[in-house]
Amino acid sequence: MTTLFTSDHEWLQIDGDVATIGITDYAQTQLGDVVFVELPKVGRTLKKAEAAAVVESVKAASDVYAPIAGEVLEVNDAVAADPSLVNSDPGKAAWFFKLRIANKSDLDGLMDEAAYKAHTA
Amino acid sequence: MQAAERPSSPADTALKRVPLHDLHVARGGKIVPFAGYEMPVQYAAGVLKEHLHTRASAGLFDVSHMGQITLTAKSGKVEDAARALERLVPQDILAVPRGRQRYAQFTNEAGGILDDLMVANFGDHLFLVVNAACKTEDEAHLRQHLSDVCIIEPLPDRALIALQGPKAVEVLSKHAPTVAAMRFMDAGAHKVQISGRAIDCFVSRSGYTGEDGFEISVPASDVERLATTLLADPAVLPIGLGARDSLRLEAGLCLYGHDIDTTTTPVEGALEWSVQKSRRNGGARMGGFPGADIILKEFETGASRRRVGLRTEGRAPVREHASLYASETSADKIGTVTSGGFGPTLNAPVAMGYLPTPLSTEGTIVFADVRGQRLALRVSAMPFVPNGYKR
Repeated sequence: MTTLFTSDHEWLQIDGDVATIGITDYAQTQLGDVVFVELPKVGRTLKKAEAAAVVESVKAASDVYAPIAGEVLEVNDAVAADPSLVNSDPGKAAWFFKLRIANKSDLDGLMDEAAYKAHTA
Repeated sequence: MQAAERPSSPADTALKRVPLHDLHVARGGKIVPFAGYEMPVQYAAGVLKEHLHTRASAGLFDVSHMGQITLTAKSGKVEDAARALERLVPQDILAVPRGRQRYAQFTNEAGGILDDLMVANFGDHLFLVVNAACKTEDEAHLRQHLSDVCIIEPLPDRALIALQGPKAVEVLSKHAPTVAAMRFMDAGAHKVQISGRAIDCFVSRSGYTGEDGFEISVPASDVERLATTLLADPAVLPIGLGARDSLRLEAGLCLYGHDIDTTTTPVEGALEWSVQKSRRNGGARMGGFPGADIILKEFETGASRRRVGLRTEGRAPVREHASLYASETSADKIGTVTSGGFGPTLNAPVAMGYLPTPLSTEGTIVFADVRGQRLALRVSAMPFVPNGYKR
């Protein structure tokens, strides 16, 4: 399994033609205490760069964009029920949604972990 | 991920620093531009913990960006300064006894609010605390209208800190025993003992969190020693602007430039309580302030719209600028949210905004547009969290 990153601070875990998407530890630190998460509907087809989810801290709302195009296969109800998971375990338990990857070429511009670390340094 | 709401860009203008700037940075404060200053929005604990800590114990806020102004009558009589200030505010300032403070608003000819402020009677002069973003205009406004009678003196060499929360009195009275006897809105000079030296402070038992607490005006040269001493108390955490905003929202208090501004009157803003009978129609000193005709008429007939508290059933916060509708499907916008967010004490979203007066009664259901969806909101009594003032 490969993990890729966007410059907008999403992570994608690629498993065959399925991508699991969340926001990075860097992003949750910037947001502060997350109090609300809105997830896309299962079955929705997302375009690349389309607003897919919303994450809200005490102070502000932020959009989470679909880093790649695809159909929403599954969403993480646990993170909607307990948004503080985004702060406590952003890279794992607080995944947002899973997409069936429409175009493998969408992955081409994404960063690996080393490049993302350099991006946020 | 992209922030839908951002603070203004740090490159906007040259930002000023408050005397406690180094302390904020050393304590891990996240610095953002606010009203022309570099201010801490939160510290390491984060907005949620800072908010809850203030409600349970005590939080120290730096509000040194706010304006502090003294108003002294040329006659030497504080009554003359009070009478003069009544030309600019709809409040009864003459009736504020020595050692007491009152909430007031500068109004304009249209009945709108230029700024809201605190006015304390210090015996021989009045002491005003005004908002940071308005302080230059406020000072000019005072000079333009009151220079005939008063000396207007801003106090840029004084810092202002607020110690808020149920343990504030216990913490501050260790260093200033005289503050323990103060009641809500008492204000005056007090000596605060720090490492064997007395610092001359102006202390009021007030704040803007809904909690018991104090605002302390202190010489800028002494503020770091005072803040460091207060922060050394295990009951006290430093608190940023983020939690200050969520605390005042839960307390149902107006934020100038958001919930009240030049387009809202005191009656629209549900601030009738702040206008004493003596300044209303039939009162001993009725009218005589900018916009009096419009404002006093609204006391008789009501305003067409009114500030209300709003609660949702769900967990999605409804933010400032969200449009309000009478039904789930109506296309006619009836109002706007002026402050909204998540209330950590309530563990639920809270908001306030303006609605047509007939829809402003408690229990009325209205709908907010949030990212294209209509969320139901119930008009609710404020404060959302009961206040802890020591009356």
